Amino acid sequence: MSATVVTITSGKGGVGKTTTTANLGAALAALGKKVVAIDTDIGLRNLDVVMGLENRIVFDLINVIEGTCRLRQALIRDKRLEGLYLIPAAQSRDKNAITPGDLVDLVNQLRNDFDFILIDSPAGIEQGFKNAIAPADRVLIVTTPEMSAIRDADRIIGLLEAYEKNPPELIINRIRPEMVKRGQMLHTEDVTDVLAIKLIGVIPDEQSIIVSTNQGRPLVMQNGSTAGQAFRNIALRLIGRDIPFINMEDNGSLLGYFSRIWGGLGQSKAAVQPQVFEL
Amino acid sequence: MNLFTQLFGRSKVKSKDVAKDRLLAVLVRDRINLSSKEMEQVKADIIEVISRYIEVDKDGADIALTKAWRQNLLIAHIPIISAIQN
Repeated sequence: MSATVVTITSGKGGVGKTTTTANLGAALAALGKKVVAIDTDIGLRNLDVVMGLENRIVFDLINVIEGTCRLRQALIRDKRLEGLYLIPAAQSRDKNAITPGDLVDLVNQLRNDFDFILIDSPAGIEQGFKNAIAPADRVLIVTTPEMSAIRDADRIIGLLEAYEKNPPELIINRIRPEMVKRGQMLHTEDVTDVLAIKLIGVIPDEQSIIVSTNQGRPLVMQNGSTAGQAFRNIALRLIGRDIPFINMEDNGSLLGYFSRIWGGLGQSKAAVQPQVFEL
Repeated sequence: MNLFTQLFGRSKVKSKDVAKDRLLAVLVRDRINLSSKEMEQVKADIIEVISRYIEVDKDGADIALTKAWRQNLLIAHIPIISAIQN
């Protein structure tokens, strides 16, 4: 087993890095992969809460790095989903407490025991971000279809080029199909035209996401939301499957998506080919 | 409407198109890092050089930074009055 290390970053805060990390982790575990998610947002930890594991924290990332505990003592196993683990951030220190080298060393100790190591990066471009991208084999940039987020994502792309990392891939979060239809929100294609990097996922803005973080249950543990399916699709693409992007024309309903497959048996081409909101 | 929109024409402008144009311009500006004063100087220099060969409408001339076809571009919009004969 040799892990792929994936860092999820964005530049802009609040666009959905942590939610994405939690849901990707759960989706990969549901596919049978062994996954550890690491929260590197020291001082402002949130991955534990989004994953619903906040009551299980005994040791954190800083404890491991400083040698206060053994690595496996800081690994929180998610009891609901086989193969999913978390290393939480420390809450009482700040991002300068660790260096990029510290995180590279930690990740190297985990590489042989996991299929995927997901690193939840803090917002910004300072020490926390530099720590988070240091061990990355792949970098996923999360953005929303709005001015500030896209501008910050472009800055991150520039920095990753300067750090000579592999080309990053894009996740566009919080798409609102009705607004896109009315020309009030950038289309997926507009965002990829502007940022010019490869798209790996599009996630609709859904109430189900807030409900899932309220409950601490990643969406992929439940059925029936388009956002959950979108996260599952990103996980599948991460393991190399070529999955067409969801057509969100029907107000993001999964029913609409399926009706195109079953209702148009003679038109299977329509179901498989990405359509208006395509990607 | 900015220079780029004027060049390529838009009959009805939706807010997302405005957003896209603005992003294309601001992203290039973020990467280039020239002040407005320096941009004015670039514009003046370009007009001066072209004027040696072709008569141009200096007041109607403008330059803009934007991103198109996945490239960062400086676009000069220089109306020509006539070619200067030797």
